[in-house]
Amino acid sequence: MDALIIVLTIFVLAMFVGFEVITKVPPTLHTPLMSGSNAISGITIIGALLSAGTQHTLLTTILGLIAAIFAAINVVGGFLVTHRMLGMFRRKD
Amino acid sequence: MNISLINLAYLVASVLFILGLTGLGHPRTAVRGNLIGAVGMLIAVVATLVDRRIISYEMIVVGLVVGATIGAVLALKIQMTAMPQMVALLNGFGGGASVLVAGAALIEVGLLSGKPPTQLTVATAATGIIGAVTFWGSLVAFAKLQEIMPGKAVLFRGQQVLNALLGLIALVIGAWVVVFPQTINAYWGLVAVSSILGILLVIPIGGADMPVVIALLNSYSGLAATATGFVLSNNVLVIGGSLVGASGIILTRIMCKAMNRSMVNVLFGVMGPVEGQTTTADEIYAGRIKSATSDEVAMVFDAARRVVIVPGYGMAVAQAQHAVRALADLLESRGVDVEYGIHPVAGRMPGHMNVLLAEAKVPYDKLKELDQINPGMEQVDIALVIGANDTVNPVASTDSSSPISGMPIIEVEKARTVIVIKRSLSPGFAGIPNPLFASDRTLMYFGDGQKAVLDLISALKAA
Repeated sequence: MDALIIVLTIFVLAMFVGFEVITKVPPTLHTPLMSGSNAISGITIIGALLSAGTQHTLLTTILGLIAAIFAAINVVGGFLVTHRMLGMFRRKD
Repeated sequence: MNISLINLAYLVASVLFILGLTGLGHPRTAVRGNLIGAVGMLIAVVATLVDRRIISYEMIVVGLVVGATIGAVLALKIQMTAMPQMVALLNGFGGGASVLVAGAALIEVGLLSGKPPTQLTVATAATGIIGAVTFWGSLVAFAKLQEIMPGKAVLFRGQQVLNALLGLIALVIGAWVVVFPQTINAYWGLVAVSSILGILLVIPIGGADMPVVIALLNSYSGLAATATGFVLSNNVLVIGGSLVGASGIILTRIMCKAMNRSMVNVLFGVMGPVEGQTTTADEIYAGRIKSATSDEVAMVFDAARRVVIVPGYGMAVAQAQHAVRALADLLESRGVDVEYGIHPVAGRMPGHMNVLLAEAKVPYDKLKELDQINPGMEQVDIALVIGANDTVNPVASTDSSSPISGMPIIEVEKARTVIVIKRSLSPGFAGIPNPLFASDRTLMYFGDGQKAVLDLISALKAA
């Protein structure tokens, strides 16, 4: 139960941090915010890598492999497309 | 490597995620912020790879190489006008990955220790539901935006009852997973039911409501990662997921506010002609529409000092952003002050117009929000509306029975002259006529967005 409370605490505090930080993002950056934050949600990749690498059973290995592919698309595609987009934003020259 | 060191690396990654998102708070720091987030992700991945429990790297390498290649190709090839589809797809993959990771974890724990703890089973059930809804919902959103399936709302009798029933079944199977976690098929049953639910939840949503759905699915993909974090008792998953969850919720709220509709109304309500609506398109438009040619429009521009350009989804469809930029350049070279008025829900995702105009190298400080552009509208000589309709419909503030009643609009009707570039008089997503088009101050300049702007540029140069 204690372990649950700790994770729960981290969850609630992280949500508050998220609200504080994201509220300050201007509308002009909302699309890069979505793609960039989306790349961060690909953090689930580390769970995928563990399942693909620990190889408990054939099924878990395959699940881990497919999850790793999905998550890697999410992470690499997300950060890269955000980078590409942000490179286009410029001030008056 | 020592498990404490790995967890320490995860902490560093979490901090970098927060700093990265903070960097996205300003265009000047945004590129760096995104890179900081990517470095955080790299640290988390490397720390995981040195985990002692990993016995083989073959599958890991295959997974990373295949996924990274697909992701990189998508990111580099995608057109800026197709960005909503891209984000929808990425949301989906994140959610899908979480579903599979939680499923694998449930099997692994069952093998290792027999009965999994309640935290794990509850979190697994939650991941199954949220992740599967995210995955299939996002694929439907993608298919609609890519026009693989009809973009308009798909409705049938009893839809909401069916959705409620499926939601209930998902909860019952979820409870089953919690009580009897060894029956792994229950988990896949849960995923199957949630998948159908995900599809059914998104098919009734169409067109201009898309920004809300994409923002919401963005939030779900984060919450799915958070739930997976509870499954694995992994803090960096919980933190990373929560940040994304919060971001999606904020964007969803902004989008709903910009349409003056509640989230429930967007997700379950149907936007359509209101009962007893008396004014038809013919009554509003008949005899009042003034159509102009490119030469006539060019003459109006010759006398203008201040111009505000108001783009909508039509600009994206016509790929007119580069032509618009060229027009603005020409006007500015003649001493005209040009700004852009961007409605929050213009386009198909939050910030859609901003990205398109950034692609055309329009400086971001020329893009103004509602609150910035509306107060000075009386001093504007020309408001040039390109492919926008509902977001400039004055009915929003004059007719309380209208489906867009109370929606904040860009008040172009206050400008001295309004020029509307549009293919026809067809209604926008809300399906209602727009009195703006019949106003004394309005000139309709019919045509394809891109061609119309290019013709206007030629006419201006010739004059």
